Amino acid sequence: MDLTYAKEDEEFRRELRAWLRKHLPKRGGDVDGGEDLSYGDPRRVQAAKTWQRTLYKAGYVAIGWPKEHGGQGASIVRQTILNEELILHRAPTLIGMMGIQMVGPTLIHHGTEEQKKRYLPKILPADEIWCQGYSEPGSGSDLASLKTCAEIDGDYFVINGQKVWTSAAQLADWMFCLVRTDPNAPKHKGISYVLIDMKTPGITVRPLVQMTGEPGFNEVFFNDVRVPRTNLVGNLNEGWLVANSTLHHERNMLASTTRTQQLMADLVELAQRRSRNGAKASRDPVLRQRLAELQIRVESMKYHSLKQLSDGIHGRSPGIGASINKLVTTELNHDICAAALDVLGSYGPLAKGSPHVEHRGTWPKDHMFTLGMIIGGGTSQIQKNIIAERGLGMPKGA
Amino acid sequence: MDFGLTEDQELLARSAREFLASEASTTTVRRIIEDTHAFSPELFRKMVAQGWTGLLVPEAYGGLGLGMLDAAVLLTELGRGVTPAPMLSSAVLATTLLCSAASSAQKKEWLPRLASGEVLATVAWLEEGDRLDPAGVALRPRRVRGGFRLAGAKLFVMDAAIAHVLLVAARTGPGSGEAGISLLLVPRDTPGITVTPLPTVDPTRRIYEVVFDDVTVPPERVVGGEGKAWKHLARLLDTACVAIAAESQGGAERALEMAVEYAKVREQFGRPIGSFQAVKHMAAECFSEIEPSRSLLWYAAWAQQGNPRDASRAAAMAKARLGDVYSRTTDTAVQMHGGIGFTWEHDIHFWFKRARCNEVAFGNPSWHRERVAALSGW
Repeated sequence: MDLTYAKEDEEFRRELRAWLRKHLPKRGGDVDGGEDLSYGDPRRVQAAKTWQRTLYKAGYVAIGWPKEHGGQGASIVRQTILNEELILHRAPTLIGMMGIQMVGPTLIHHGTEEQKKRYLPKILPADEIWCQGYSEPGSGSDLASLKTCAEIDGDYFVINGQKVWTSAAQLADWMFCLVRTDPNAPKHKGISYVLIDMKTPGITVRPLVQMTGEPGFNEVFFNDVRVPRTNLVGNLNEGWLVANSTLHHERNMLASTTRTQQLMADLVELAQRRSRNGAKASRDPVLRQRLAELQIRVESMKYHSLKQLSDGIHGRSPGIGASINKLVTTELNHDICAAALDVLGSYGPLAKGSPHVEHRGTWPKDHMFTLGMIIGGGTSQIQKNIIAERGLGMPKGA
Repeated sequence: MDFGLTEDQELLARSAREFLASEASTTTVRRIIEDTHAFSPELFRKMVAQGWTGLLVPEAYGGLGLGMLDAAVLLTELGRGVTPAPMLSSAVLATTLLCSAASSAQKKEWLPRLASGEVLATVAWLEEGDRLDPAGVALRPRRVRGGFRLAGAKLFVMDAAIAHVLLVAARTGPGSGEAGISLLLVPRDTPGITVTPLPTVDPTRRIYEVVFDDVTVPPERVVGGEGKAWKHLARLLDTACVAIAAESQGGAERALEMAVEYAKVREQFGRPIGSFQAVKHMAAECFSEIEPSRSLLWYAAWAQQGNPRDASRAAAMAKARLGDVYSRTTDTAVQMHGGIGFTWEHDIHFWFKRARCNEVAFGNPSWHRERVAALSGW
């Protein structure tokens, strides 16, 4: 057991902290400097791109990517330190995350040289924003049943169908998309992974309003959309394997234990500041039980993620760690928000704009948002199936 | 950065698991618990030969001089096997208490014999009030010429009937605070001591009431300085939390494995019950609690030496968490077995019962959660 970081890694952290203190946008988590611009507002998008570009120029984007593709081939320790510090400093989430975490690594692994050269350089400075075309109205948890089809017509795929819950489609330049290329094969074996230019004629994006009242995800309709066959990644009909090689990135992306620790610290701060029955809420014996229970669950995940980091460094098998992280962390985040609403009492449901609102209404909003994270990226129930089948070797259902 | 076990610790875990599988299978466990005190001198001798009784004894006193994480690794395996043996009571708790509190003369007298297995010791702390705070130590010996005279009772004393030596927490000073608490080393065969079994649900671990009827304790048997024992007891509480959490980790892992193995072969509606999502999700929920709790346990064990400032809070977190996780897991494991799980004939009930006793031993989860809150400064 050794919980110290190497001297050079500590130095990396120190430099990063100094840089962040100097360059973070005002008002921390908001790229728009607190103007409260709505999600798709072009000024907000521009500000978000500028932030990613600033980070990129300083050498803090996709540092885990190989050097030849614009990364630094940084160790997972450095990648972890970077993620931790960005979260701890409440830096805005990168607008190009889908490119950095999902399609980029997929292309590095499965793409042709031309594809790598064409797409990778534009991902890092947020010159091109990517969205993920996976879910469909009839294919959520059973993703492999997807029906959006791509028929071959000469050098083109002709794509027809519909995607849904597509985050950031309204501002994305490109979509990495799963389409059915062989309707007669077993469902996992007739899917291909294609890259679609969002400006192609025949694509309609219709924003959906989330239960938080904000836009974020979309419906995307394809009507005879012609995509060059050179935009196929990996082999025809092998898209399921290509996609699966980065699904665990998504699970880990949704399950940052650093973010959970920060949320927990916010809850403790709230409980120590707010009062209940005339005393500090944190002195209430029932609430103390709840806070301690949450703190213990949070720290279990903190040390578990340190263990996973170490397993990665030392080449030990990760098992189904990503599914456990996704399942536990998203539910924990939701429980922390629920406890905060309990602390707030009648103030809990107050939304942004109310004169007595706490934290600009982030607690009730995050309470909803974290429920969405339990559903997105493979629901808790799907993660439990994966844990039971791949982790415990239980038999697949009929 | 390496959050994990060393090669030696991995080896200790592996060899302990192999040893216990061959020497202390549940068939053997069932035979051992037929004994009045659930004690097998034969099995214990073999454990001594493995070096387990000397694990925490410093090398200078004939032991291996290992740390709490090593002990946790071993206890995890003992918990897996619900092994009846005085390892927790004597080799871990009494031994660490002596290492922490005893004078060098006392260490020289007792530690080599604990390491060699010649002597078994146990800690007698709780009383009727069932309190682990200073006020819980109310047994007040009379000061007499030539030492103290003890009259009163201790409860919930592990393995008292087979221990040669009792380490008794007593109040030799005024008040009910930290000052004035002493630790008395009392041979169990001293005249005036009666040891009575307290039957519990768990047949694999025996606890006792110890009654002292004017038992004389000479001054050289005071351990850790008269009136100054509280800090050693406080440290012992941390050790006990980690130790019991480690046992619970191993027990929970094994109970879930048994349930999953059963669900793979038991068929209903023409298919293994483990193929039903209702059953799968029960198992997955347990697994997603057990895996992270191991990391919390390792941290808490490591922190005892590696991060002393956080040692108490970490131990309390591990104890609270594993108490809940072990109990929930064994609830689920019994249920996944269906009717057979409710029989004496099937083994799973041993884990269910050990879980209940581990959950409350040295403070139940809600008590430790309150400690976590207090130690966090809330």
